[in-house]
Amino acid sequence: MNSHLPAAMHDKTLTELSAGLAAGAFSSEELTRVFLARIEQFNPGLNAFITVTAEAALAQARAADARRQRGEAGPLTGVPIAHKDIFCTNGVRTSCGSRMLDRFIAPYDATVVEKLNAAGVVMLGKTNMDEFAMGSSNETSFYGPVRNPWDLDAVPGGSSGGSAAAVAARLVPGATGTDTGGSIRQPAALCGITGLKPTYGRVSRWGMIAYASSLDQGGPMARTAEDCALLLGAMAGFDLRDSTSVDRPVPDYVALLDRPLAGLKIGLPKEYFGEGLDSEVARVVEAAIAEYRKLGAETVEISLPNSQLAVPAYYVIAPAECSSNLARFDGVRYGHRCENPKDLLDLYTRSRAEGFGAEVTRRILVGTFALSAGYYDAYYLKAQQIRRLISDDFRRAFEQVDVIAGPTSPTVAFNLGEKVDDPITMYLSDIYTIAVNLAGLPGLSLPVGFVGQRPVGLQLIGHYFAEDRLLNVAHRYQQVTDWHRRAPAAFA
Amino acid sequence: MMEWETVIGLEIHAQLATQSKIFSGASTAYGAEPNTQACAIDLGMPGVLPVLNREAARMAVMLGLAIGADVAQRSVFARKNYFYPDLPKGYQISQYELPVVQKGQLTIDLEDGSSKVIGITRAHLEEDAGKSLHEDFHGLSGIDLNRAGTPLLEIVSEPDLRSAKEAVAYMKKLHQMVVYLGICDGNMQEGSFRCDANISVRRKGDPKFGTRAEIKNLNSFRFVERAIEFEIERQIDLIEAGGKVVQETRLYDPDKGETRSMRGKEEANDYRYFPDPDLLPLVLDDEFIAAARASLPELPDAKKQRFMTQYGLSSYDAGVLTTSRELGDYYEATVAALGGEPKLCANWVMGDFAAFLNKENRDIAQSPVSAAQLAGLLRRIQDQTISGKIAKEVFEALWAGESDADAIIEKRGLKQITDTSAIEKVIDDVIAANPEQLAQYRAGKDKLFGFFVGQVMKLSKGKANPQQVNELLAEKLKG
Repeated sequence: MNSHLPAAMHDKTLTELSAGLAAGAFSSEELTRVFLARIEQFNPGLNAFITVTAEAALAQARAADARRQRGEAGPLTGVPIAHKDIFCTNGVRTSCGSRMLDRFIAPYDATVVEKLNAAGVVMLGKTNMDEFAMGSSNETSFYGPVRNPWDLDAVPGGSSGGSAAAVAARLVPGATGTDTGGSIRQPAALCGITGLKPTYGRVSRWGMIAYASSLDQGGPMARTAEDCALLLGAMAGFDLRDSTSVDRPVPDYVALLDRPLAGLKIGLPKEYFGEGLDSEVARVVEAAIAEYRKLGAETVEISLPNSQLAVPAYYVIAPAECSSNLARFDGVRYGHRCENPKDLLDLYTRSRAEGFGAEVTRRILVGTFALSAGYYDAYYLKAQQIRRLISDDFRRAFEQVDVIAGPTSPTVAFNLGEKVDDPITMYLSDIYTIAVNLAGLPGLSLPVGFVGQRPVGLQLIGHYFAEDRLLNVAHRYQQVTDWHRRAPAAFA
Repeated sequence: MMEWETVIGLEIHAQLATQSKIFSGASTAYGAEPNTQACAIDLGMPGVLPVLNREAARMAVMLGLAIGADVAQRSVFARKNYFYPDLPKGYQISQYELPVVQKGQLTIDLEDGSSKVIGITRAHLEEDAGKSLHEDFHGLSGIDLNRAGTPLLEIVSEPDLRSAKEAVAYMKKLHQMVVYLGICDGNMQEGSFRCDANISVRRKGDPKFGTRAEIKNLNSFRFVERAIEFEIERQIDLIEAGGKVVQETRLYDPDKGETRSMRGKEEANDYRYFPDPDLLPLVLDDEFIAAARASLPELPDAKKQRFMTQYGLSSYDAGVLTTSRELGDYYEATVAALGGEPKLCANWVMGDFAAFLNKENRDIAQSPVSAAQLAGLLRRIQDQTISGKIAKEVFEALWAGESDADAIIEKRGLKQITDTSAIEKVIDDVIAANPEQLAQYRAGKDKLFGFFVGQVMKLSKGKANPQQVNELLAEKLKG
């Protein structure tokens, strides 16, 4: 490693690294080597990466440096990132954390990957995740659990646990994640980083392996709102290949970060501060809200009366859609196929039994049941109607307030193994995040303190396409606090 | 059979003639090497998403308008979930509760000359599955996904049909309609137009429908008729023997001429339909529908009626000439080029022209004789330059590639002889050469008139004007 490099390069934010590259303080190749070395050193203890693409990364880094020489560099040129292993990456294994796709080499790039490549990023590898994005602790992965860099006995959250841990441990300055019920925000909270789930339709789902099609969204995970603004600007945009993509211009999120918060109305749902919320977490969150008042925001108590229906509705809708989305994994065209199938039924049953883990199997069965004749009306249809009630709660709230705030997670990170045998308790980890996906609204989590060693996140929820507002509100807080700068001791 | 009534409904799948598939850009062309026309979307690769082909929607609307149906300005795509290797995603994108077309009708003509209105419950868009090939591989099945994703329009009739003949008449009418509209090539051997039949029987007067059986994948008019007839008898025999008809899917075996149960393959499938979250509802504004309406061609029934009034043709002739748009257009172009004589044109187009096309298995587009050329030939019949019989020889020459009737007539010296004295001379020669027959004729054997006509035609190499021959011969034979 070169001695002229600034100390603790890995501790710089993505934005700082971008500036450093632009100023010529270091090259992308040097930067990439720093992070590849950290991955080599620390990943075995964290298991944050499933695939590391060292050679390809160095080639991309050299190409980025050449572009810079030619004066063709943008803010993301040469910046190392990692992709959650749910995004198809051409020629590189895309496993979705599952044995079913353990040897699947994607034949094309997801739109998110294409767009970030066009912006010049350097991909270091594919991060670990709960299998097929189903989980809240990254314990369902075929590749083993991911550990929380703040406490190696703790979970990092899920399903984007690998991306969250990699960013928190400074193995990569930014990463992509996906969020269906909280899978960007909850791991961001548990790992003390910043993560954003955009409005449904803001980021293309082409090439993002589907779990629950009406809920999935891809988004950025990094240490600061500023970093997320930079990444989101490259990730977002209309895509003809995704029929649910929204044709709406992408604002310059970075330029909109600094707007003052005076007069901002923050809604505090009473349902988010009641039973179920850990009292220590509540204390940290309330301190953060007090900080917002100091910044000039006004807080308003609001009610989202159908909140308690969100988790049950989600756990009908998401499994229903997943049962259909995962039907293509049948051992016929790609993916895991059992050995010596006797006949078609044997091919299907053994390939799928061997390829899928327990949580995925559970959700497929629940979803199949919820859609089946005689139960569709009582479950799936009813859940979709509840979804409308939940959306309406938010719509009414946003008539009074600009953003909604509350804890991202009811607890800090729990221990590995603590909730694996209790799916319902595990599902309740998403109690504050899930409604946001059901309504299709944008949501962000930023680090606002600790309980002991374990981070606490504050969730901000905005109106449709108000990502710029969420990033701005988070950024202003990060300008006057330093929770986002804290590093876990073992990875500082 | 008198006490029994048959109730039949047909579900027809028409492949829409778009260039590319309903949800991807891969080609729909028939006959390519297996698995060369299936892109990532058709293969159901992880992460892919469907995008609707606008042309497929337009074609569906065309059919809806042509059958007087309600075209839904908002319809919804739904997933029909089941596992089979030729269905890559494990579900078929179709339409369920809210199809794009509802409540249309089609009028069919029955053999006794009457017509009957058949209701069409609905028509919806969906994607076709791939093909499973079982024969060519030992102990294995081959899956060709070229067909996966081809757009289909599923057209469901009301159970208004009461016999195999009615069913075939309906199927033919619908086939003609989709080809007329240009939305389907109607090629049944290639699977462009497939029929499933739902058949039940009930005692006459019974208001309830009997249990129905479904016969799948009938791909010719003949098979549909035979399969239905067999199935009707099977059901009646079964009930009369004390049994009950089972609601099931059956296949028609054309070699044995019977239907067989498919039970075991599609055991009570629960398709778990739900709206496809990857596609928005299909919203068609007034403009879209108006544009589709403006692009409708003259429909078969309207064209037929017009041919009857405009050209004075019989219902039968008008029906034949409007079987296809191409034939109707050819006929009208011939009449226009000739400047009249619709009946003469009709006879020739339905007669010699059609016969030559059929013999060589050609479409009209491949006809070596244009409407203008045919008109040129018919003009020479009209103005008596040649006889109808000679015209056939000229037509053959035109078909073989010679350019126009006048040139052929000139070159081969085929002009009709109309000069009275010339004809008289021939008649005189014939009479002189056949004294016996003359005597017999004058003695009362009237039948021999035909013999003399034949001889005159032979001697004049067919060129003597037949009318004049008849008149002059009658004179001369009288003596």
